[in-house]
Amino acid sequence: MAKAPKPSELLAGLNYQPPAKGWMDVKPDLRPGTYVNAANPKWMEWINYPYPRAWNVADEDWKLPDNWKEIILEGMEDRLKRFRSLKVFFDICVRCGACADKCHFFLGTGDPKNMPVLRAELLRSVYRRYFKKIGQVLGEIAGARDLTEDVIKEWFLYLHQCTICRRCSLFCPYGIDMAEMTLLGRELLASIGVNIDWAMASVAQCYDKGSHIGATPQAFKDMMDFLAEENERITGITTQPTYNRKGAEVLFVMPSGDYFADPGTFTMMGYMLMFEHIGLDYTLSTYAAEGGNFGWFVSHEMGKRLNAKIYHEAKRLGVKWILGGECGHMWRVCNQYMPTWWGPVDFLEEPVSPITGTRFENASVHKMVHISEFTADLIHHGKLNLDPQRNAHIKMTFHDSCNTARGMGIFEEPRYIINNVLPEGNFIEMPPNTIREKTFCCGSSSALNANENMEVRMQGGFPRANAVKFVQEKYGVNHLGCICALDRATLPTLMEYWVPGMEVTGITELVGNALVFEGEMERTTDLRDRDLVGFGEAAEEDAEDAE
Amino acid sequence: MDFCKRHLFVALFAVLGLVALAYIGVQANLQVLFGVIIPYLAVLIFVEGLVFQLIKWARSPVPFRIPTTAGQNRTLPWIKRDLGDKLDNPSTTGFLVGRMALEVLAFRSLFRNLRTELQKDPDNPEGARLIHWSYKWLWLGAIAFHYAFLVVVLRHLRFFTEPVPLPFQLMEHVDGFFQFFTPAVYLSGVVLVVAVFYLLARRLTNPCMRYISLAADYFPLLLILGIGISGILMRYVYKVDIVAVKEMAMGLATLQPKVVAGIGSIFYIHLFLVSVLFAYFPFSKLMHAPGVFFSPSRNMVSNNRWVLHVNPWNYPVKFHHYDEYEDRFREAMIEADIPVEKES
Repeated sequence: MAKAPKPSELLAGLNYQPPAKGWMDVKPDLRPGTYVNAANPKWMEWINYPYPRAWNVADEDWKLPDNWKEIILEGMEDRLKRFRSLKVFFDICVRCGACADKCHFFLGTGDPKNMPVLRAELLRSVYRRYFKKIGQVLGEIAGARDLTEDVIKEWFLYLHQCTICRRCSLFCPYGIDMAEMTLLGRELLASIGVNIDWAMASVAQCYDKGSHIGATPQAFKDMMDFLAEENERITGITTQPTYNRKGAEVLFVMPSGDYFADPGTFTMMGYMLMFEHIGLDYTLSTYAAEGGNFGWFVSHEMGKRLNAKIYHEAKRLGVKWILGGECGHMWRVCNQYMPTWWGPVDFLEEPVSPITGTRFENASVHKMVHISEFTADLIHHGKLNLDPQRNAHIKMTFHDSCNTARGMGIFEEPRYIINNVLPEGNFIEMPPNTIREKTFCCGSSSALNANENMEVRMQGGFPRANAVKFVQEKYGVNHLGCICALDRATLPTLMEYWVPGMEVTGITELVGNALVFEGEMERTTDLRDRDLVGFGEAAEEDAEDAE
Repeated sequence: MDFCKRHLFVALFAVLGLVALAYIGVQANLQVLFGVIIPYLAVLIFVEGLVFQLIKWARSPVPFRIPTTAGQNRTLPWIKRDLGDKLDNPSTTGFLVGRMALEVLAFRSLFRNLRTELQKDPDNPEGARLIHWSYKWLWLGAIAFHYAFLVVVLRHLRFFTEPVPLPFQLMEHVDGFFQFFTPAVYLSGVVLVVAVFYLLARRLTNPCMRYISLAADYFPLLLILGIGISGILMRYVYKVDIVAVKEMAMGLATLQPKVVAGIGSIFYIHLFLVSVLFAYFPFSKLMHAPGVFFSPSRNMVSNNRWVLHVNPWNYPVKFHHYDEYEDRFREAMIEADIPVEKES
């Protein structure tokens, strides 16, 4: 973990007072810790991205192409023609400020340019200068300004201090969505070769091999086999998955975060156990091995280029439908874009659960089911034999992922599952203004979970952590649940920093813990090898005390 | 002068300048210009500008369905969705209409508003924590302002109709219910001015608001304030000849414009400011009013997964095809017992 100041230091300097100088006169302060490094040209070459070159954010000269200004302005004009959202969101903001204190980056950094309204003005001011008569004539007093290299640097800094979480859009009286502008702004930056390394590395690896960690087919299989062995070691149940198997009923696609690092891997083990428990005829794919879509963090087009693999593979394998794992932005992309990119999807069938017979009518066009929908349906029909006492050591709160919350609307399914796999009273909600549609982002999503920007990540995650800390102190909550792999990748760091002692867990991991199999061995630990209540050293000591 | 003052004073002097302009114009006997030509021109600019801007927006397609989902989506039939979920995450056109109606008529999203504060917390090792309050003042100010404005506009229609339709007459009675002055004070006028002062005050007193506000934010508020104050002065202080005003308004409305003598300058100032507001409307942030109907995050049904949305400019993209992938990893895949399409 890169150096970030101590929590107390980070908060000591925090206030929401803007500087005396007007925002147009404040140059971007590109201080280490606040930005993600420039993309290595190698990645850009892999995916044919323009202007690959070695450059540094801290350098004065970013080695932009000679005609960078024309490229940006033409790109903006093109996007105004293609996206009504951009045009309308540029034109109708009244700067009422309702969004200002809704952004986790503003609340964490106090930097006024992180108020969504002002972050949008960074782009809008250029729009007014070049596309609006009044801005051309009146300039600054009409809120317009020239496009300079400093403006590009400012865009770079603040469009990468936005996690596209849409909390601002929820509170905006016109639904102005910063996420839309951030995405299109990042597209503009990419068009002159200004990209961040964490995003580009992930995109290139996903494109080239199949997952953001760049796992080869054999490495992917090794990891999965290992997790199956772990399952067998802990439960005595064989959960061996199949790979690239034609004729399977279901293709299961999960985010790569679920198979390469803790605590995501425990969620993967949970999926496997559950599929074994119900006897699901499913296959994994080494090619469509990444549900997470890092391309969408860079551009709509790159999102589509990566997303292509899922339907392509489903068609090749001849499955009936697709099941998708716990992932936030994967599902936002699936929900908002996937059918539009590729539809109609006539080579798949309307998903029907082979276990319960439930027809997922809500996915009749998309042909893809969310694991939480699938699991909730199984529980509702009594198809899972669950022992919630196996999760008795877990007192949990649930973090609604920004993408599934405000880009899809999944709130009840995970809660239904949680209530069925945890003992009563072990599930505690965070304060109502910080959950569900009002949830706070983890602060490191949208390709910002690099190491070099740790300071700003911890700042951006502060509002989320603050709410978690509240339930930890008040109710003794020790686990933070989520249905997002990026959360599972970033929240542990955030918790370690702000809320020590808080573990992060996927929901299907809890299902895996609670599942009771016929012929299983006596379960004394959970999937993380932690003693269950009533077992292990603590229990033995208790027993001795009793004697 | 700093950014904030510059933007405030430009707007302030612009409005004062407009007032002066109208006053001088009337003194110079340009009643025809200020009482007939400019109002007609303003309405023309308003209509044309509005239509032009709406067409401009409408010409850009909506490539993706991106509603901001603020409630449980339609999934399994037994998953509970209350009325709030259905309205905040509409899965049918009917509920979408409901969502938009709530947004437009009741400012639903603003009603959700919170204020987040950083509080010192000595018990906490970090020394501070965040508190999220429900905060309805902005909603109240906004709704008071907009509805008062609406009533004022409708109330003015009695100048443009003869006989005055019953609803307008009734409205006048309700509006002037508290008869504590002669002529009776209209509530709407008072509420309008108070609300404008509130909206202005929060821009000027809240440091963050001051920081983001542009001349384009102060100008409409000051202009409307000018309209409100001139209207109030006209009715309660200078007591403009109302019969003459009506005669002139009817002339404008029936396209038989005439200048009626004996109306004070204050009327022309009022009318000129209103004309400026009309002409300014289509080129300003005031377009948020029609704009909200065009907002894709609010005006779309959240049915992405069961009704196909078509992007008119969708185009094929280059992606890493499975065949290329297998060609590259075939040997390793065979060795790892992963099925392949071609054995060699």
